[in-house]
Amino acid sequence: MAEPVFSVDDLTKVYRTGEVEVHALRGVDLDIREGEFLVLLGPSGSGKSTLLNILGGLDHATAGSVTFRGTELTTFDERALTLYRRENVGFVFQFYNLVPSLTARENVALVTEIAVNPMRPEEALEMVGLSDRLDHFPAQLSGGEQQRVAIARAIAKRPEVLFCDEPTGALDSKTGVRVLEALVAVNADLGTTTAVITHNVAIGDIAHRVVHFADGKVARIDVNETRRPASEITW
Amino acid sequence: MLSLDRKLLRDLWRLKTQVIAIAMVMAAGVATLVLAVGAYRSLDETRETYYERYRFADIFATATRAPEWLADEIAKIPGVAAVETRIVETAILDIEGFSVPATAALVSMPEIGDQVLNRIYLRQGRTPDPAHSDEIVVNEAFAKAHGFGPGDTFHAIIDGRKRKLVIVGIALSPEYIYALGPWDLMPDDSRFAIGWLSRKAIEAAYDLDGAFSQVSVKLMRGASLDDVIERVDVLLARYGGRGAYGRKDQQSHAFLDAELKQLEAMARILPPIFLFVAAFLINMILSRLVALEREQIGLMKALGYRSLTIGMHYMKFVAAIALVGVVIGGIAGTWLGFGLTRLYGDFYHFPFLVFLWGADIYGIAVFITVGAAALGGARAVWSVVRLPPAVAMHAPAPPRYRRFLTNGWLRHISQTNIMIARHILRWPVRAGLTVFGISLSVAVLLASLFSFDSIEFMIDFTYFQADRQDATLEFTQERPVGVISDVERLPGVLAAEPVRTVAVKVRYGHVERRVPVIGKPAGTDLSRVLDTDFRPVTLPETGFAPSDALAEILGVRVGDIVEIETLQGRKRIVEMPVTAIIQGYLGLLSFMDIEAVNRLMREGPMVTGVHLAIDEAEADALFAEVKDMPMVGSIALQKKSLEKFRQTLAENISVMISVYAGLAMVIAFGVVYNSARIQLSERGRELASLRVLGFTRGEVSWILLGELAVLTLASLPLGWAIGYGVAWVTVQGLQSELYRVPLVIDRQTYAVSSLVVLGAAAISALIVRRRIDRLDLIEVLKTRE
Ligand SMILES: Nc1ncnc2c1ncn2[C@@H]1O[C@H](COP(=O)(O)OP(=O)(O)O)[C@@H](O)[C@H]1O
Ligand SMILES: [Mg+2]
Repeated sequence: MAEPVFSVDDLTKVYRTGEVEVHALRGVDLDIREGEFLVLLGPSGSGKSTLLNILGGLDHATAGSVTFRGTELTTFDERALTLYRRENVGFVFQFYNLVPSLTARENVALVTEIAVNPMRPEEALEMVGLSDRLDHFPAQLSGGEQQRVAIARAIAKRPEVLFCDEPTGALDSKTGVRVLEALVAVNADLGTTTAVITHNVAIGDIAHRVVHFADGKVARIDVNETRRPASEITW
Repeated sequence: MLSLDRKLLRDLWRLKTQVIAIAMVMAAGVATLVLAVGAYRSLDETRETYYERYRFADIFATATRAPEWLADEIAKIPGVAAVETRIVETAILDIEGFSVPATAALVSMPEIGDQVLNRIYLRQGRTPDPAHSDEIVVNEAFAKAHGFGPGDTFHAIIDGRKRKLVIVGIALSPEYIYALGPWDLMPDDSRFAIGWLSRKAIEAAYDLDGAFSQVSVKLMRGASLDDVIERVDVLLARYGGRGAYGRKDQQSHAFLDAELKQLEAMARILPPIFLFVAAFLINMILSRLVALEREQIGLMKALGYRSLTIGMHYMKFVAAIALVGVVIGGIAGTWLGFGLTRLYGDFYHFPFLVFLWGADIYGIAVFITVGAAALGGARAVWSVVRLPPAVAMHAPAPPRYRRFLTNGWLRHISQTNIMIARHILRWPVRAGLTVFGISLSVAVLLASLFSFDSIEFMIDFTYFQADRQDATLEFTQERPVGVISDVERLPGVLAAEPVRTVAVKVRYGHVERRVPVIGKPAGTDLSRVLDTDFRPVTLPETGFAPSDALAEILGVRVGDIVEIETLQGRKRIVEMPVTAIIQGYLGLLSFMDIEAVNRLMREGPMVTGVHLAIDEAEADALFAEVKDMPMVGSIALQKKSLEKFRQTLAENISVMISVYAGLAMVIAFGVVYNSARIQLSERGRELASLRVLGFTRGEVSWILLGELAVLTLASLPLGWAIGYGVAWVTVQGLQSELYRVPLVIDRQTYAVSSLVVLGAAAISALIVRRRIDRLDLIEVLKTRE
């Protein structure tokens, strides 16, 4: 089997806020494979976001190692991490984080301008089904539409990995499904390795593998023999 | 402590840099107000008290030789309270160890009793004893410049005879607070002296027994200045009266007045600028605070807090900033104001200083500062009061942006630049006010630094274009033209040009003025006459050429016929065409060809003075001869005068520049820093998202700082325009018959003003940049704003 995209080995993260120490990650071991769709499940505070932030180059680990295609990420400095994010990683967050002063198309262009081999913004927006909303500002879009713009923005640079932290957390079930459909489609069409955080157990069914988090550790990993299409999920 | 008040203190502490930046802008406003008003009032009061105690006259008039009995006639004029006649003459001084000839104004002291008007204040020693004609009292500045004290001696050429004089007293006089020697632009204490001699001594020396050459008049309260001047003129006309004038045309008073006017102007221009900027900044910071705390405000209302209580909470925030500003500004303004008043006091040799720093100054300062702050905060506080609790609990609607350019257009502009442009256009009022605020700092600099350009321009005009002579000798009385060849033979004289000055009254329509007419030969090279386009003018054989200031007052243009009445010698009235308008900045002047003056006076070719070009190497030899020349009444050394002027200017210029640059930087820093911080608070989330997307710190900073760069650059031209406007108003305020200031602003001054402001903007940008670099990426993404 091919080498994993990410290899996480005994990863620890301790937050120090004054006197208090919070152990967010207590020795995580995990491999993420090329092209797979991963769902991270677990109760709030179990360390899912912390892991994804470290994998995505937003945060530094306290101990342990993370390799990305054989390169040790934990040794990267600020500048190298910025470059790493720019070239390899796509992010989607719970609160969309679109630039309010730019239209949908321009929000995507924001990323394609600094990317090496991007698709056209229109192309990316078409993949998430927003061809008819190109020139709308965020304020003129619904929450689900905004989140799909965020996905288009994340995939437009053809990233190798896509990290989504509770992408449906702020959405109702119906719009949430459309967002998930977009993510599954991207994963299938572009082969982008995708990791989605959620505390919604139902969503686990659309993944190749489900990683269960508890107390800063990987509790167990389930492999789905058959994946359900996103359209069949409700909550 | 109430929990709301605890919140207030925490808010103030959290926003301390912004709060201090705003308070400093306010402090600058308060300081300039307290300083300028306090110094102005103190100096004005000092001057008034000085004038009153030492009985400074209201009207002054000179004549060639008026009989003493005329004093009684003048005293009989209705409205006249007191009259004093004197003899005032100029003399060349010969001081041991000082090769340059100095000039003195010699003033007579009454033989019996005290001076009635223009009394001297004796610092040391005593008044001259009429029995000893060699005793003299000199002004303190001159004594200090030469290290003289009572008992020291120097020589004076008094009406042709060299006489040794003994200093018996050192004095100050309200009449010579600003003591300018002939042709000087700044007092030069070593070269110009005031000497008080006993009337008897001076009468004998100048052969003026039972006569006077100068008369001072004190008016009764409510008397008409113009009426008395006119009647004095009538009385003196037959005795070579050169036209009486009031205080406003008395040299010392007029210069001092101009200086005080500048202080007053400063009090009127600067504080409003600072307070306006401060109000705008308070509006910005408070609006942001309220926007961030909408939910808390709603919650408090839901909990039962009254709208008024919550409104007051935010008003207290404003009041706290104003308080810090008032305290810092009040202390700084008082300290600087006292310093400035002392500085002026020293410069003008006031015998005492009255410090008039009433509580009302501070009252006014507090009132207008708190007022400006409250106005600035009013809108935000009002929105707090109005906010219904239910609405407050929802996040405000996201801002709606407009597309200002179509896609085709935007293809080549990066999205980050589009963000900048849209953001500016989304809040045009705020962007506009930011631009306006920064432009005011440019304007403050421009409107203060331009004065050096104007002065340089006047120097260049006066000393390098018009009066290019090294020295001017003025004779004690008119001399036949043959004297010029005598002067030419003196050592070191390279060239000599005759000049004849006579006093006339010029009339056009209803307007008349007493002015000197300066007669010069055609084609002079040293002392030239230039028209308003700065081209040398050859005065035609006949015709009258007034200075532009005089032409304006008379309302004449080239070709108009004016009436000229002689005020010396035999009285004549002739009509003459205006042949040219002459450029001039000092005094009301007029010019004629010297032959035309001679014809006007119906006398042979006479001269009153001579302009010289001097060989510097032989200057000492020349000065030595001049000091022994009986016919020379005064000597002006234009180049020496310029040196002194430049020196004084250089001393002031760096102080002025640093003070005003400091003030301007306070504004620029306050505006740019606050704008940046507020934007950072509003857009931190947006910027953090971009960092997550892989934008570098530099790229992200550009979005915010680029906008400020654009606004700062946009503010420059506006600042130049406003600065020019303020400079123009300032110049208009300074125009008087005594001097007019040209409005000249060099390109360099525009550049310096801009650079100082850009520097302040850059500093605030750097400070904010450090905050952008420290943005917590994860924290921002976790939360909805
Ligand atoms: N910046 C931080 N400072 C201190 N503690 C933090 C910080 N971020 C997360 N934590 C703590 O780390 C633990 C894991 O958080 P997180 O990874 O966000 O959990 P999850 O995403 O699974 O809900 C939690 O206990 C949380 O409180
Ligand atoms: Mg999380």
